[in-house]
Amino acid sequence: MEQKLVVSLSPHAKAPFRIQTVMLIVILALFPALIASIYFFGIRALLVELVAVGTAVFTEWFIQRILLKRPSRIHDLSAVVAGLLLAFNLPSSIPLWQVAAGAIFAVGIAKMAFGGLGTNPFNPALAGRAFMLVSFPVEMTTWPQPVVTRTLMRPDALTTATPLGVIKEGLKSGIPLDQLADKLPTWWDLFLGNVGGSLGETSALALLVGGLFLILTRVISWRIPVFYLGTLAAFTGVFHLIDPSRYADPLFHILSGGVMLGAFFMATDLVTSPMTAPGQILYAIGGGLLAGLIRLFGSYPEGCSYSILIMNAFVPLIDRAFPPVRFGARPVQTQVKEARHG
Amino acid sequence: MKYATFPKGGIHPHEHKQTAHLPIEHLPLPEQVVIPLGQHLGAPAHPLVKRGDRVKVGTRIGEAQGFISAHVHSSVSGKVLKVDEITDLSGYRRPAVFIQVEGDEWEEGIDRSPELVTTCDLSPQEIIERIKDAGIVGMGGAGFPTHVKLSIPPGKAIDTLIINGVECEPYLTADHRLMLEKTDEILVGIAIIRRALGEPRVFIGIEANKPDAIRVMKERVKEWEGLEVRPLKVKYPQGAEKQLIKALTGREVPSGKLPLDVGCVVSNVGTAHAVYRAVQKQMPLVERVVTVTGNDISRPGNFLVRVGTQVEWVLDQAGGLPEDAGKVVAGGPMMGKALPNLEVPVTKTTSGILVLPRKDVGPRSVEPCIRCAKCVQACPMGLEPYLLERLSARERWEEAEARGIVDCVECGSCAYICPASRPLLDYIRYGKTTVMMLRKKRSA
Repeated sequence: MEQKLVVSLSPHAKAPFRIQTVMLIVILALFPALIASIYFFGIRALLVELVAVGTAVFTEWFIQRILLKRPSRIHDLSAVVAGLLLAFNLPSSIPLWQVAAGAIFAVGIAKMAFGGLGTNPFNPALAGRAFMLVSFPVEMTTWPQPVVTRTLMRPDALTTATPLGVIKEGLKSGIPLDQLADKLPTWWDLFLGNVGGSLGETSALALLVGGLFLILTRVISWRIPVFYLGTLAAFTGVFHLIDPSRYADPLFHILSGGVMLGAFFMATDLVTSPMTAPGQILYAIGGGLLAGLIRLFGSYPEGCSYSILIMNAFVPLIDRAFPPVRFGARPVQTQVKEARHG
Repeated sequence: MKYATFPKGGIHPHEHKQTAHLPIEHLPLPEQVVIPLGQHLGAPAHPLVKRGDRVKVGTRIGEAQGFISAHVHSSVSGKVLKVDEITDLSGYRRPAVFIQVEGDEWEEGIDRSPELVTTCDLSPQEIIERIKDAGIVGMGGAGFPTHVKLSIPPGKAIDTLIINGVECEPYLTADHRLMLEKTDEILVGIAIIRRALGEPRVFIGIEANKPDAIRVMKERVKEWEGLEVRPLKVKYPQGAEKQLIKALTGREVPSGKLPLDVGCVVSNVGTAHAVYRAVQKQMPLVERVVTVTGNDISRPGNFLVRVGTQVEWVLDQAGGLPEDAGKVVAGGPMMGKALPNLEVPVTKTTSGILVLPRKDVGPRSVEPCIRCAKCVQACPMGLEPYLLERLSARERWEEAEARGIVDCVECGSCAYICPASRPLLDYIRYGKTTVMMLRKKRSA
């Protein structure tokens, strides 16, 4: 026989999609929010995004090729996702060198130092954001106004507060919610994203489109976003019912800040979220509760990133506690009896 | 219409059933056959012939040895060239009988006429005896001796016989064609198995991607009492014994238990056909339908092949091995075995010969696990393949055992679906055999 045959164990067939495909779907799902960010915050938004993605990819390549002398794996596109998500968590006015520093931390420390793709316990983009928030607190909380700031220059002259910031500051100075109403955006602006905030978090509409795409392509399950947002809504809803003058309504909480981005794109990060349905539900409920707690009672207006980072830490425990239900777990006797009677 | 299926896990690979419309074709006799003496689970048969002996079609050439074993018969008439070892599908050296073909003379008493014989007055014991005499083994793939399966130990009762016409492996169409062309013979065979088991109810499970087979079987089954055709949703591994029982009866065979522990016996349609021929026609299992397929095969088909015919010869009848062949698989792509060479013979359990092109069989770069949970979702046994892989690789056997590694049915759904192309099943197999060995040691 002249031809050489491959001998390997079954299966001899393979599903067509690969990690690269998964990441490509995530990137595509992020496109509506990307376009929204450029629309609302101008070309500067794109610049921040390019620097974040470029630095993230370069950092991964540099560590793999130059430091570890291994083949580079940047083709799996996971660094692109991390860079893009980090950029989405930043204000458009952020200095570019700070963006680069955040991306280096996100990929270099939060991801590669833990062994690279698949072995990092925390979402790299969120870890990068947390790093930037403590390192550059002023720049990280200076929010340019949307729409009017379509310029390549740093638009630091025209800043605004985020809707959540308005509430937090207002309540601190003892102003009840109904008197803050004229300082708050309309539902419609909140939904579209025409408000101050981080690049990719303001447009609920764009995130919803991308999130649904992720669910339909089965890259993520619906459970994490639904239970995360649902818990946040329920938690804030209870307090709203108790005292509407102090606590905003649940819809406001869902549409403002970064929870839409967090619920669909960060909490669902495959690497740092639980594997089974019950585990995912517990994780999402925990995240929603934490986000609500931080928002209502913390000193910090948002709460999404920390809620997810904290829950990330519990994932190994959750996975251990909620393995899938084994086939054949039920005793024989009851099964046969049921089958005979039913 | 909503079809029944098993609820947990499963995948849907591309079906590739391009031979479904091709009627079963009798292949001419080869010049030589190589009949392995171990074509079944359990001990190989003991050879009854030696070099120079003359045999006819149906002559017993191997005697079952031990409780789980089956007789082996000559599939051709001619002269025994030698009894020698060959490398079989498992990669082990096993004894086989080489026979030079001379004419086509059959043993006396074998009824080769096409007339359908429906009446059967034999007792269950006599039926099982004839099945044993004919060397029938499960033709779905595992090759468990049928007479052993039908001998229900005292204290156990069977209330359900499940006939497996699922054929959920991509590419394979042998059972599909058999159901279309040998419908009545299969039904008589089923009735005989049912009689041997004390008349339990019968479900015939067929996947919904074979509507013509479902239609024909449903039509003919009306003449029989206690038999019911049940169409099933197309989902792999629907044909796995435990999954099929779950889909049709709602019962779950517990870990380490057998179908008969939940009152079920599962038999393949091909086996039912062989039982008909054995009991009603005194015909031993000497030939079977083999689907020969692959995208570059010039003359694919469903061929009736004598057991012992070498794969190379069968492929020649199908237009030859294509230029760009990279892998030849005995069986389907999900659970079939890759052949080391083409001299390997067709056996009682060879359901297909699948030729995959080189471009589809090259090694894939293994990427890191991204914990996407696709393998967990795909596992029909509710296991965590990503974890079992890791535990096996690190030889953490106790944890692997606690996580149910021996429950793996080796269906390959996890490895099929993994976007990182991780060799999940390779590691799980390694872990499973090691854990089973350790268990044996422990109980010894």
